[in-house]
Amino acid sequence: MLKSARREIPLQIGTPVPRADAQDKVTGREKYAADFYGEGCLWAGVKRAGVPHAVLGEIRTEPAASVPGVVAVLTYSDVRGTNRQGVVQKDQPVLVDTKVRHCGDAVALVVAENRDALGKALDLLSVALDPLPGVFDAEKALEGEAPLVHDDRSEGNLLLSGRHRTGNGAAAMDESDVIVEACFETPRQEHAYLETEAGWAQIQDDGRLHIVCSTQTPFRDRTEVAEALGLPLSGIRVTAPYPGGAFGGKDGVTVQTLLGLAAMHSGGRPVKMWWDREESFLAGTKRHFARMYYRLGAKRDGTLHCLDVRIYLDTGPYDHLGGVVLALAMEHAGGAYRIPHVSLNGWCVYTNNPIGGAFRGFGVPQVTAAIEQMVDMLAEKLDVDRLGLRTRNAVQRGDRNAIGKTLVNSTALMECLNVLEGHPLWKHAKQWKAEAGSFKKRGAGVVALMHGSGYGPVVPDVANAKVELTREGKIRVFSGVVDMGQGNASTSLQIAGSILCQSAEQMELVLPDTDRTLPSGSASASRCTYTFGNALIGAAETLKARILQRAADLVMAPARNEMALIPGGVRHLVSGRELPLAAMADFMGEGERVAVHHFRAPVAAEQFDVGPGLRLHGFPHTLFSYAAHLALVEVDELTGETTVCRYLAVSDCGTVVNPQIYEQQIHGAVAQGIGFALMEDFSTEEGRIGTPDLATYLIPTAADIPDMESVAVQIFEPTGPFGLKGVGEIATSGPLPAIANAVADACGARICRYPMTPERILKALRGQPKR
Amino acid sequence: MDAPSDRRVVDLLREDLGLTGTKESCGAGDCGACTILVDGESRLSCLMRAIQLQGRRVKTIEGFAESDALHPVQKSFADHGAVQCGFCIPGMVLAAADLLERNPSPTRDEIRQGLAGNLCRCTGYRKIVDAVEQAAEIHDLEKRP
Repeated sequence: MLKSARREIPLQIGTPVPRADAQDKVTGREKYAADFYGEGCLWAGVKRAGVPHAVLGEIRTEPAASVPGVVAVLTYSDVRGTNRQGVVQKDQPVLVDTKVRHCGDAVALVVAENRDALGKALDLLSVALDPLPGVFDAEKALEGEAPLVHDDRSEGNLLLSGRHRTGNGAAAMDESDVIVEACFETPRQEHAYLETEAGWAQIQDDGRLHIVCSTQTPFRDRTEVAEALGLPLSGIRVTAPYPGGAFGGKDGVTVQTLLGLAAMHSGGRPVKMWWDREESFLAGTKRHFARMYYRLGAKRDGTLHCLDVRIYLDTGPYDHLGGVVLALAMEHAGGAYRIPHVSLNGWCVYTNNPIGGAFRGFGVPQVTAAIEQMVDMLAEKLDVDRLGLRTRNAVQRGDRNAIGKTLVNSTALMECLNVLEGHPLWKHAKQWKAEAGSFKKRGAGVVALMHGSGYGPVVPDVANAKVELTREGKIRVFSGVVDMGQGNASTSLQIAGSILCQSAEQMELVLPDTDRTLPSGSASASRCTYTFGNALIGAAETLKARILQRAADLVMAPARNEMALIPGGVRHLVSGRELPLAAMADFMGEGERVAVHHFRAPVAAEQFDVGPGLRLHGFPHTLFSYAAHLALVEVDELTGETTVCRYLAVSDCGTVVNPQIYEQQIHGAVAQGIGFALMEDFSTEEGRIGTPDLATYLIPTAADIPDMESVAVQIFEPTGPFGLKGVGEIATSGPLPAIANAVADACGARICRYPMTPERILKALRGQPKR
Repeated sequence: MDAPSDRRVVDLLREDLGLTGTKESCGAGDCGACTILVDGESRLSCLMRAIQLQGRRVKTIEGFAESDALHPVQKSFADHGAVQCGFCIPGMVLAAADLLERNPSPTRDEIRQGLAGNLCRCTGYRKIVDAVEQAAEIHDLEKRP
């Protein structure tokens, strides 16, 4: 057989190009933050409080400091800056200075030659803590006599509250023909990324602090570290390798400030910090525990009429991003439906529980769990088809959604519901259910989803892309947004490569680094490829125009439209003459070879009367992705065990740039949602964690997740790069309500506390009247 | 090489030998990220001590391919989108290779059961199962005369 020369394939939009990072990740060559050591590397570790609420007394450092190999023992008195960190509210101390507010609070920092010395020193550190009564429930924390988590706040334990009305609000409930009512509680969820919080830091020869860390937010981290430690912004460099998973848990500072402080006391030696699994569970953030009171009313014909919702979120002792999570929860509380009369009330509250924070979905999985079950309960009461009830009330473009926001962008929920309705899994669901074996019950559950992307109306959602034609004739993309595994770095290469007609082999990538790349916001909010992609198109088009113009000048062509980029070069279409990109790089000046472009995402024009708090925190969004999900489950009546047998996700996330990466996002989010629905039970007792490891806090294994199907309804979004919208989060919200609806369909049991463990299912089954 | 007999194997590999392709994620045998091959069988390096390697043949992800080209399992993982954040992937690849060694033509269910000791938080496993299935087919084709 003739061996043909392998041709380089130019990158194009819509093709399932394997990810650029796959090669180094399958060979173990990829260097994560956890993989940084280096000559003379020291270890830094934290003494955690271990009690949920206490006044800090004396810290005796001498016994720890005298352990051989200990380099430094540091407390709040060694911190020269504000000693405070936080994304919105600066309410979290780097090292506790007055009182402990949760078990995971950091009270002292030890730097040592090795982990043995570090462990001994941490054990010997004696910290006097005078216990205080704690508060462990968000609703109770708002009562007058509740202990205060922060003593200096005029609003007591309230972090942020919000109120929103449309139509006649809850007063219209009386006009409904049918009303359903329920209270739902969704649990904390642990991110459980495989790479626990990790980083490395060193004071460089020029006196600047260099931090390499597993983060979603290198630029914001730099600011937080500077303020907390009293360093100039220019004195800090943050480098962000690919994180080994993040999902929101690395949206904000974890090890960064502690590492910076350690490096300032290490005599110039590098310092490493890597939380073990138990510390990650103890000190890391969780999906907010939510308690949601819902009432939903409809007319006899199935038209939704009135929604009345109260939401309580437990943010633990620190804001982190709790206020923003509340704003998203309230915005999505009515789901993807037209409801003319709505009353929304929400409270995000401080307690002495573990810290609530960002987690993929960001408040939306909680409220979607509620509203999507309310719709099923309503369908049952009205005795109408569940899918039909959704189709009847689903939003379309031009409609006002449940908060009264006019949907001005692409809105293809109806198409998603239609595709689901025509899918064999739905069409054959009835027959499949009838084939259940002895002591097994089968059910099908459907849900409709929406998810807003970006930062909302106030905080600018911006990206700054930079693209370079290197001296060697390669195209280098400087990514300002972290790729925590979702593949946006590869997508960026695909976008730039497509515009410049280059193959994957011609492309180079620079990962986010405050010294090398430009600030482009957080890797969060389903915004990465939307916002950065739009900036990147501008930068790549600018570079393309420059290359073509210079090439036209060189071949004495009258205009650059006679020139075309081809893999590795430029061709004059009239004469056929070709110029390699490396030659073009020689002809072009240093400044000409680099193009940058800024993009700021559009925001909602509506000015809702929700007060500055909710608005600042992102209420409302203007761009939404949509989806319809179907879960087919089997419940074992003897054990209560529930198996998800099949799962279908039909999504409207605009056009698809890379089908492989798109599917990865859907699959991964669905799996996390299945864990949230059925097994992830992060338990606490008076602020103390009862599930400290992966043997007690179970996340899905390969044996727990079915073969999921993902169908993309590709409707072009005019404001998106190549028509795309965010796909990172939306699928997380589907599984819990889809599975709960399927369980109710299978055996009539409606479970309102999650996860739906076998115990809870059995209890619900026994509570059912005999049928 | 010499090492203290009670040195954890994962530390020996990562810190003493600089082989950071082997990951640590739970340190307790719950997740499979630290999987290595010892005499061809998958083992958890966070639960092993150096003395348990005396006279054994150890293979980590760095030495897995044996040449510049990728091993079929690695190639299949990269081609079929089984890689996202990638932190579980070295362990997952070695566990999959061990599975295929013992069961060259596994069903999808057998793949799921065989990899149930290796946690992945990104992929939902769908494409990992696809990749192992495809690798098994290539493996099978290569073995035909």
